[in-house]
Amino acid sequence: MTARTRTHGPWAVALRSLSRMPSAIASASVLLLLVILSAGAPFYAAHIAHTDPFESDVAGTITLHGADIPVMQPNNNRLHLGLTPIGPTWVPSADLLGADSQGRDVAARLLYGGRNSLLISSCAALLCIVLAATVGICAGFFGGIVDILLSRMMDIMWAIPVYLFAISLSIVTVSHGLRIGPISIRSDSLLLPICIIALVYVPYAARPIRGRVMSLRQSEFVLAARCLGASRRRILLRDILPNVSTTLIVLAPLVMALALLAESALSFLSIGVQAPAASWGTIIQDGQGLIYTRPWVAIAPGLAIVITVLALNVLGDALRDALDVRETSRRSGA
Amino acid sequence: MIGAVLRRLGQTVLVLFGISVLVFLVFFATPGADPTARIAGRNASPETVAAIRHQYGFDRPLPIQYLHLMDRLFITRDLASYVDHGEKVVPEVARAAPVTLSLVGGAAVIWVTVSILIGTIAAAARGSVLDRALMMAGLVGISIPVFWLGEVANLITQSRFHTSWMFSWVPPLGYVPLQDGLWAWASHLIIPWCTLAVLFIGLYGRVLRADLVAASGEDFMRTARAKGLSETRVMLFHGLRTSLITFVSLFGLDFAQLVGGGALLTEVVFGLGGVGRLTYQGLVNLDLPLIMATVMYSAVFVVVANAVVDLFYLLLDPRVRDGR
Repeated sequence: MTARTRTHGPWAVALRSLSRMPSAIASASVLLLLVILSAGAPFYAAHIAHTDPFESDVAGTITLHGADIPVMQPNNNRLHLGLTPIGPTWVPSADLLGADSQGRDVAARLLYGGRNSLLISSCAALLCIVLAATVGICAGFFGGIVDILLSRMMDIMWAIPVYLFAISLSIVTVSHGLRIGPISIRSDSLLLPICIIALVYVPYAARPIRGRVMSLRQSEFVLAARCLGASRRRILLRDILPNVSTTLIVLAPLVMALALLAESALSFLSIGVQAPAASWGTIIQDGQGLIYTRPWVAIAPGLAIVITVLALNVLGDALRDALDVRETSRRSGA
Repeated sequence: MIGAVLRRLGQTVLVLFGISVLVFLVFFATPGADPTARIAGRNASPETVAAIRHQYGFDRPLPIQYLHLMDRLFITRDLASYVDHGEKVVPEVARAAPVTLSLVGGAAVIWVTVSILIGTIAAAARGSVLDRALMMAGLVGISIPVFWLGEVANLITQSRFHTSWMFSWVPPLGYVPLQDGLWAWASHLIIPWCTLAVLFIGLYGRVLRADLVAASGEDFMRTARAKGLSETRVMLFHGLRTSLITFVSLFGLDFAQLVGGGALLTEVVFGLGGVGRLTYQGLVNLDLPLIMATVMYSAVFVVVANAVVDLFYLLLDPRVRDGR
């Protein structure tokens, strides 16, 4: 056997061109930083902020510049009725971004929320791509009645506005959880939003995959393989799959961006991540009531979403350029 | 040609049927989601539950329940809500529709105008700093959650800068019908219009730029240039015209989805009682008749828009026409 030296494989070429793109480097670094920050949430809560961001702390005090200040402060209206949580202090040890209406540290919740938001969106994107690849490859490769059935099914799912579909599924499952035979998912489990978001975006991802598979099936090298007597299985695994993988890789960050937006919308409507757990969407929901008095509670998680989604979209564009995949549609709901 | 049109119409009806079955199954056959329990309330006795089950027909087989629901929705149109004192749902949807149409229509005018401007300018200034800045701005627009943008817009126009000259004209949240005066109607909707349009400006601006850049390499563009036409003329009358095909098909689908309730989050944040918010209320109360009515209403829009876009292609592109 002779040793083959492969100096410029397609993946190596793509990686090299990626590393030369400033946008790819920048977005990947931003995402990495966000992951590290979210992973450090327990450390921040325990050792820097010294609070438990899941416990209501209405009667608590914080130490700011050597003085003890109550977390919930009396209002400035004439009768001094009601309490307003403390605003941003910009001191990490004392409610950096202020407190929410239950006196909880917003900055610490933001980091914990990031864990859930990133976890749900990445898992949903992965699951969605796997499902969409199965559907798209089956429809594109087998054609005929399989293709007609799968494509019609996708059409039906696609005809319902994405957010309405996701909200419907969430509302049905959020009160009692889901029990199908031996599988039982609790209503506060993160698996529910993951599965729901993955499911509703399957048509979005399956369409370009199907198109890619169909054009590959017509290609000359597949014809050549068939003429050589290769089995369908072999053609599928050795010729189609490696060529579809670039489409899947380009789709992954784009689907994750959509999944993150969908997750935040579901959590904002309080049918995604369930209290007392946090996600960026639930924190915006917490901040909705405080929007005119303590706007930072809602602004900070929104900025986090914008930065993350933007980084994912930039990364997706860079990947598309590096891997030279043209056919990716981009659609989303409002 | 006629065969293709008929086949398309048949598919449309089939898809509508599929959607109604899918939605019906989600709410009736999902384990753990029993509408009886919702109607009966939290501490209802077993007798009450049984009585309600019988009264609403939940004890009958699923296909019968489905047919009964469809009959009351489309033929007798007297389908009543499970909550809300048994209000008829069809007039309720009819009342909400103008709100959503006002919101989505105005936003569509803004997003089409601005995105054509942005896309054309970016394509004309291809590779320049301006092009990159516009495309980056578009990407930012795509990345903003619309409900958060609405909250921030409210914060700015209703609270922080409401007293400044810039936003002192902004009325409180809510909807005023067009009959009460054009300005009253428009001023209540301008901020929601802009908020809803941001996402689509980014989306369409980027799509249009990509199509224009792709078109500029085509033979007919070279011919147009060879004829001595000015670059502006080539771009606007030859390039933009072909590139608008994708644009129009995208627009048909997005517009239909939004009119059909896709603008739910914008409606919720701005307190507009449109179809999206109505659907959301129905969902929260698990008010099945209302959900069926709004979802079917929205599905009709989406599916018809799909069919119109396809027919549009049929008429426009002989390759598609003869390929069938």
